[in-house]
Amino acid sequence: MARATSPRRKALTTLAAWSVALVIFFPVLWMILTSFKTEPSAVAMPPQLFTADWTLENYAEVWQRSDYPRFFWNSVVLSLGSTLLGLAVAIPAAWAMAFVPGKKTKDLLMWMLSTKMMPAVAVMIPLYLVFLKLGLIDTRIGLVLALMLMNLPIIVWMLYTYFKEIPAEILEAARMDGAGLFKEIVYVLTPMALPGIASTLLLNVILAWNEAFWTIILTTTKAAPLSAFIASFSAPQGLFYAKLSAASTMAIAPILILGWFSQKQLVRGLTFGAVK
Amino acid sequence: MGKITLKHVNKSFGDVAVIPDINLTIENGEFVVFVGPSGCGKSTLLRLIAGLEDVSAGRIEIDGTDATHLPPAKRGLAMVFQSYALYPHMSVRKNIAFPLKMAGMSEAEQEKKVQNAARILNLTNYLDRRPGQLSGGQRQRVAIGRAIVREPAAFLFDEPLSNLDAALRVSMRQEITELHQSLKTTMIYVTHDQVEAMTMADKIVVLNAGNIEQVGSPLELYHHPANVFVAGFIGSPKMNLIGGAEAAKHNAATIGVRPEHIDIGEGGPWTGTVGLSEHLGSDTFLKVEVDNIGTLNVRASGEVTLRHGDRITLAPQAGRLHRFGADGKALA
Repeated sequence: MARATSPRRKALTTLAAWSVALVIFFPVLWMILTSFKTEPSAVAMPPQLFTADWTLENYAEVWQRSDYPRFFWNSVVLSLGSTLLGLAVAIPAAWAMAFVPGKKTKDLLMWMLSTKMMPAVAVMIPLYLVFLKLGLIDTRIGLVLALMLMNLPIIVWMLYTYFKEIPAEILEAARMDGAGLFKEIVYVLTPMALPGIASTLLLNVILAWNEAFWTIILTTTKAAPLSAFIASFSAPQGLFYAKLSAASTMAIAPILILGWFSQKQLVRGLTFGAVK
Repeated sequence: MGKITLKHVNKSFGDVAVIPDINLTIENGEFVVFVGPSGCGKSTLLRLIAGLEDVSAGRIEIDGTDATHLPPAKRGLAMVFQSYALYPHMSVRKNIAFPLKMAGMSEAEQEKKVQNAARILNLTNYLDRRPGQLSGGQRQRVAIGRAIVREPAAFLFDEPLSNLDAALRVSMRQEITELHQSLKTTMIYVTHDQVEAMTMADKIVVLNAGNIEQVGSPLELYHHPANVFVAGFIGSPKMNLIGGAEAAKHNAATIGVRPEHIDIGEGGPWTGTVGLSEHLGSDTFLKVEVDNIGTLNVRASGEVTLRHGDRITLAPQAGRLHRFGADGKALA
């Protein structure tokens, strides 16, 4: 029987949810509002949420001072490239783990996840030196590889969870019908797991887009994405909050829009298998 | 062609030998049913033949060729699964055409074969639907259609009717039998339902704990069970198995008599009290508590009106008594 919800209880729950959402969203709201302020009102004490002298100047200056389209394009290439490459590697890996598990599969999965718990700075110097030797510093291909490797454990784990939900008999039927491993994955597994793959793709595009540590360390100008674009506005001469906010807003706007339109798919993907 | 030979086939999972050692020949065009209780290894045996599991030892020959290590697709067999295993993202047409597409057949040829299979299986009006929009029986027909179009050397059925309701099971059973009669292709059918085995098979293979207990036609198994296990497994209601002093009178460790081979009337050797009586109209099933023996199942005609507590005398029909030795094997 469904639990009866009183209107009072519902109102309280709604209020609590909105409060939590507002607390989480507040820094982003502050940043967006600051981007429309002048530098003096941005640093005014006491801080003001709203100001009288709204301006678009910051955006104009940020646009003029830097090559936003190049950074934007780099972000697109890096986030999409690393995610698609990650999927190409992770789909067969997750297939093997879900459908032909060995004795050590669970340990392997846990080990992969544990690498995400390691502070990135721990491998900074070795990775930097490897990239330097291979001539991959400030190259898109190098960054795509690095970001792919960073997010691969998450991609494999997510796909593994989705694949486990697919009955093995259907893949066996495909095998009986003459599909080899490649065709089985392309014609049967992938279309069946498409909602899960789409969620994985979206989440990893967002993660790669927002990645700042490696993108700043491993790039200078040519392959720098929007995270490096933001960093370039924290000048040594002092902080220009309004311009920094404008640059940040411009950097997150594309991914915010993507997230807004795909939120249903994201939520569905992330809660997949949680309730049966 | 579709002759399948198993030679000393063994399958172990770790230290557990699910199938210790099986030798079996399935002739071309035969309808063979593997039957046995849950966990007896019948599905594993089918999967070994299909190539979905690797044998631990032994040899599988299909039409005289060694197929032991061939991948499933290269064995020329088609399989129908218990859960139908249809591709949910494809239409019925694409499901049926899938093996043809994998074989690289032209689209025109695929369509011709799909139409033909759909006509045989009454699926013509459903070709553009997805499996999710079909009933259980229709889904099973699609699975059979997908198997038919491949024109396999043999069909393998893994408990294909288990997910259907009782009425549909009977009609699908008949459809599969008719299909076998028209295609004349070898069929291997796994079930735990001995009624399916009896009604469909040319040859029944009774399995128990990974071993073949007996191979024979349904009536051979019914009339001449090789051992106590087969005697108890084949036939519905089950054969009455009696041990102790009553069996010793017949120089056996166990005697067996089928419920339909016990007559009710004066002068029989056994006297008992009717416990439960089930009136089905055509038949009456009685559970009789027989003095010094125990409970016996008796199948009487529908007209019998015995009730709980009635005292009756029973007599096994002459020549219908089965005798088994201490090792469980039938005595001559």
